[in-house]
Amino acid sequence: MTEISPSLTEARAAGQGPPALAIRGLSKRFGSKLAVNAIDLDVPAGSFCGLVGPNGAGKTTSLSMATGLLRPDAGQVWVHGVDVWGSPLEAKRLMGLLPDGVRLFDRLTGEQLVTYAGLLRGMDKDTVVERVRDLLETLDLARDAGTLVVDYSAGMTKKIALASALIHAPRLLVLDEPFESVDPVSAANIRDILHNYVASGGTVIVSSHVMDLVQRMCDHVAVIARGSVLAAGTVDQVRGGLSLEDRFVELVGGRNQTAGLQWLRTS
Amino acid sequence: MVAHLLRLKLALLRNSLRRSTMQIVGLAIGALYGLGILGMVLVGLVALGTQGPETIGVVTVLAGAALFLGWLIIPVVAAGLDMTLDPARFTTYAIPMRSLLAGLSLSSFIGIPGAITLLASVGTAAAWWRHPLGAVAALVCGALAALTSIVASRAVTAASASLASSRRFKDLSGVVLLVPLIFLGPIVAGVTAGVKDFKDYLPSLAGTLSWTPLGAVWAVPADVAGALWGQAAAKLAIALATAAALAWIWKACLQRALVTPAYSGSRRRGAGSMGFFRLFPATPAGAVAARSMTYWFRDPRYSAGLVIAPLLPLVLVFAGSRAAGGGMLGTTLALGGVLAAFLVVWSISSDISYDNTAFALHVASGVSGTADRSGRALAAGSLAVVPGVVYAVVGTGIAGTWALLPAVLGLILGAVGSGLGLASVFSARFTMNAPLPGDSPLKSKPGNNFPTMLIQLAGFAGVGVLMVPEIVLAAVAMSTNRPVLGWIALAAGVTLGTVSLMAGLRLGARQFDRRAPELLLAVSADR
Repeated sequence: MTEISPSLTEARAAGQGPPALAIRGLSKRFGSKLAVNAIDLDVPAGSFCGLVGPNGAGKTTSLSMATGLLRPDAGQVWVHGVDVWGSPLEAKRLMGLLPDGVRLFDRLTGEQLVTYAGLLRGMDKDTVVERVRDLLETLDLARDAGTLVVDYSAGMTKKIALASALIHAPRLLVLDEPFESVDPVSAANIRDILHNYVASGGTVIVSSHVMDLVQRMCDHVAVIARGSVLAAGTVDQVRGGLSLEDRFVELVGGRNQTAGLQWLRTS
Repeated sequence: MVAHLLRLKLALLRNSLRRSTMQIVGLAIGALYGLGILGMVLVGLVALGTQGPETIGVVTVLAGAALFLGWLIIPVVAAGLDMTLDPARFTTYAIPMRSLLAGLSLSSFIGIPGAITLLASVGTAAAWWRHPLGAVAALVCGALAALTSIVASRAVTAASASLASSRRFKDLSGVVLLVPLIFLGPIVAGVTAGVKDFKDYLPSLAGTLSWTPLGAVWAVPADVAGALWGQAAAKLAIALATAAALAWIWKACLQRALVTPAYSGSRRRGAGSMGFFRLFPATPAGAVAARSMTYWFRDPRYSAGLVIAPLLPLVLVFAGSRAAGGGMLGTTLALGGVLAAFLVVWSISSDISYDNTAFALHVASGVSGTADRSGRALAAGSLAVVPGVVYAVVGTGIAGTWALLPAVLGLILGAVGSGLGLASVFSARFTMNAPLPGDSPLKSKPGNNFPTMLIQLAGFAGVGVLMVPEIVLAAVAMSTNRPVLGWIALAAGVTLGTVSLMAGLRLGARQFDRRAPELLLAVSADR
């Protein structure tokens, strides 16, 4: 691990505690495809970090390995200094996770599902009841609390999954595509919740395709493509004067420069 | 356009075969099975040809009507038997309705059930080898009949799909339709026994059927062979009208389905209904038990098992009813209770496969193996003991052998304990080919069922071995009518059941703690 990312040196220089998430040499191979290729990444505690990359870049695979859902072929992950694959139970207590493309126990009602997530974490009943009520209220799901999750719309499903990830008040929140199919009002509410959470000392990692959103919302960003981290650091460091979107396209490449589709003209 | 749809179906078939060798094996077995049936049917038809035209007519009408009924009923029960070309997927392409209908119906012949139906229907011509005119009519009518069958099944699927866009209906119908299916054996046996003058009855049944949409098309060749031109024309008209009416129903349903989104909401309900979560302690294990319990009643894949298991003893009793008297009946019922209890507890062996990727919540929360295993076992165990004990008490009551109740209870508790113990290890070790959440309980993906069956068989054998002491003791107690041995069997059942359960939970928990991410990866593979 000779390469040291900018954010790591920054964190060391600032003399803070261990980073909220530290990844070293993380690799995963599916058959002949190298999905994640020995990535290093540090997310400082108290940051709002965006993880951006094209489809199939290895974002979800990296996050799954970082959160203890998928065993890496090589490499290590620490959450606030706790080795995720060495002492998983301790590490998982520190993390809240909103996975993407994963089913929920959708034959439970929304209220039951969030309660279930709390009780699974071993929380006591009264705290769970109180927090479930708060979460459903804040995420505007109170009126559908008794509806089965299978009958929820896509946006409501995202929100109830987010509630399940927040119930145990984690120190690190890992959200894979949290804003997909969420309506603008709910998205704004969620952003407020996340900003308050970061302001109170929590750390958030979101993966997203939407560069504008990441540029507006996050203070740190990591660009992943073809299983490698192309750039990481504060948003201003990474974009270097350009808009994040332009910088992203410059890093990742693949834009077609021709005029293209000449026939697709209506006039 | 029709050719495009046919080519698409072929391409889908080819690509599905390219995915895994097990798929090829599955298709080959299916094809062999189909060809075997086809061969038998054709041989039977040629043999039938030696009879007079009347007999041939009776047999083809009855068999044909049955085939037609099958095409009508099976798609509803099996919830979309072959939906590789689901019309909903063509919504965004502006395909003319006429081409879509023609393409979809013709593409149904690419596939084992469709192809065999077509060949067998056209093959009825073989029965008319002594009546050339009848053979020609059979060729035409066979093709028409096969086409009508396909259109009928499509129409029924489309009609029920527009009805079934409500999830509640889909859940309920999947479970309710299972009940007559389980009793099919006893019902058929009862009907055949009941109709004494069976041989006299059949021709009149066929005669009636030949004037209904079910049998008309199959009756035409017999009338042609018998030179009853008027009758033949009338029946052909009925057949054509049937096909046209079904096609119209299909088209109407499809037209509506293509403009109605699949999602249909239900009433909004506020907080406050915590269901089973109120009953179980607020611990991780208690939560897992409450969640499992909720699924047993709300997820058709589980509730189907919960409906079937208590019915099985009754089926056994029906099957044995003509063989034995009342005493035997009661004993059968009591032993059926053991089977019912075992089937309920054994279904948790595929629990994680049923969870599918929802299992990610357990992995992400860091649930301990002990909590996960014991919660699932608690739910299934409490559900299994109820029908088991009820049947044991009722059964020994009917048989008048109260003294042997302890022996049966010993068997039940042994089966529940050992079953839960072994299933807890199995479900932490293997994932199986299970229907996905939201699918019909009967649906399973073709091709890779072989390993699943092997695992299940190994499990049954394993539980059998674990229960040898109780089984031997109970068998001796019952056959020699020595109640003391029955009490010993009860003690053995309780002790061994508890030991197996504890050992199974501990072993399963250790497996779970070590392999939870691998289990999640395995269930993610077949989403």
